[in-house]
Amino acid sequence: MNIEALLLSIRLALCVSAILFVIGVPLGYWLAYSRWRGKFLLEAIVALPLVLPPTVLGFYMLVAMGPRGALGKLWYAAFGHGLAFTFAGLVIASVLYSLPFAVQPLVASFETVDRKLLDASAVLGAGSMRTFSRIILPLSVPGIITALVLSFAHTLGEFGVVLMVGGNLAGVTRTVSIDIYDRAQSLDYAGASRTALLLLVISFVVLSTVYGVNRRAGRRAWAQWPLK
Amino acid sequence: MRFPLRFLILLSILLSALLAFRPAGAAQEIRVAAAADLKFALDELGAGYEKQTGKKIDVSYGSSGNFLAQIQNGAPFDVFLSADIEYPRKLEAAGLAEPGTLYEYALGRIVIWMPADTRIDLAKLDWKALLDPSIQKIAIGNPEHAPYGRAAVAALRSAGIYEQVRAKLVYGENIAQAAQFVASGNAQAGILALSLAISPPMREGKRWEIPANTHPPIEQAAVILKSAKDKDGARAFLTFLKSAEARKILESYGFSVPVPGRTSAQTQ
Repeated sequence: MNIEALLLSIRLALCVSAILFVIGVPLGYWLAYSRWRGKFLLEAIVALPLVLPPTVLGFYMLVAMGPRGALGKLWYAAFGHGLAFTFAGLVIASVLYSLPFAVQPLVASFETVDRKLLDASAVLGAGSMRTFSRIILPLSVPGIITALVLSFAHTLGEFGVVLMVGGNLAGVTRTVSIDIYDRAQSLDYAGASRTALLLLVISFVVLSTVYGVNRRAGRRAWAQWPLK
Repeated sequence: MRFPLRFLILLSILLSALLAFRPAGAAQEIRVAAAADLKFALDELGAGYEKQTGKKIDVSYGSSGNFLAQIQNGAPFDVFLSADIEYPRKLEAAGLAEPGTLYEYALGRIVIWMPADTRIDLAKLDWKALLDPSIQKIAIGNPEHAPYGRAAVAALRSAGIYEQVRAKLVYGENIAQAAQFVASGNAQAGILALSLAISPPMREGKRWEIPANTHPPIEQAAVILKSAKDKDGARAFLTFLKSAEARKILESYGFSVPVPGRTSAQTQ
């Protein structure tokens, strides 16, 4: 079992979930409440990683990170080395790859907040920032947890994108899924199964924790229902 | 009206059953599982075989290790062309290959490859080109399971520069992915299969062939599977693979072709 690879995957998943939270909340808010007519285009772009094969997305990232790609040029200018085969490169690729898993639950839960509450808040003199932090965010806790956990879990199990831009460097880009694949390729099926089992257990624990927490949070929201 | 819905459900079940049990490809096709480094050579080999026998080959490309696992679990192939002779040997040992059909059809050759716009004079510097400070990353196949990766590491060791370049190495899942790392500019050099380096997308680049005596031979071997549906067709394909015509094709695509009989006696 490769603990180094597992820890790397967890570190990657934590970084990606944190970044996706910071990006996802404003983006989700805008997608939920904007009345711009072209909004559906952005919605489609956000959902693209759901449809694109990870290897295709990874290939595009590899090209974008190369010396001829926009991202790669910027990175070279700033740091003097390429972005592919680095942890930062994995984080950027994974943020893109897991974007819909963070944004979609956020949008869904922002959208279900009762408009009357928002109107009441506005009538009572709260600005949109205050309404957001006092009304929308607290009512969206289950959606926020779902978004965080899905980004974490999706990144933890990520394979194709990492394979394409990672370069399989121990401690830097050899994540747990790559390690499992390598073992299977080297015909070390027992080693692959042990690591896979551990990954399965961790994923199950994380997901059941969330569903458990969400169930309770959901009940609380349900208890407020007559107030609506 | 309940009838149309039921009818539709029944119809869709029937249709999906029909689609599911449709025979995969005509009986005239030999199903070949082939290593990724054959990508270009096999097109021509297939055409030559078809001209001789009127039969087509239906090729799936992939990693030899994946194919081994799939064949062990009943994948429907007739012939397995492996980049590493160990895999067909394993099949033979497990009784999944037709006895006596193991044939070493080629030896892989490796090159140092750099994009055409590199400023490094690869032809003059050969090994030392990899030590140039502008080389930040060198792509090779994963030495843990890709035969070309193993050969690359062995060659770097015999050139005495492995320790110096070790930190620059990045690993492709297979040799084609290592090639992609260099072709996309993310790595500045690669140790690749000659068969890929002379393929149309990469032949513009600079290359220097690594002497064969610096690494263990990259023995590529074919075997007919016990589960083959068309054993005669598979045998005919293997016979074609041994023909002078096929050997010439393999050579022109960057493989060395062993003298028949010699290596099999040597490796047994």
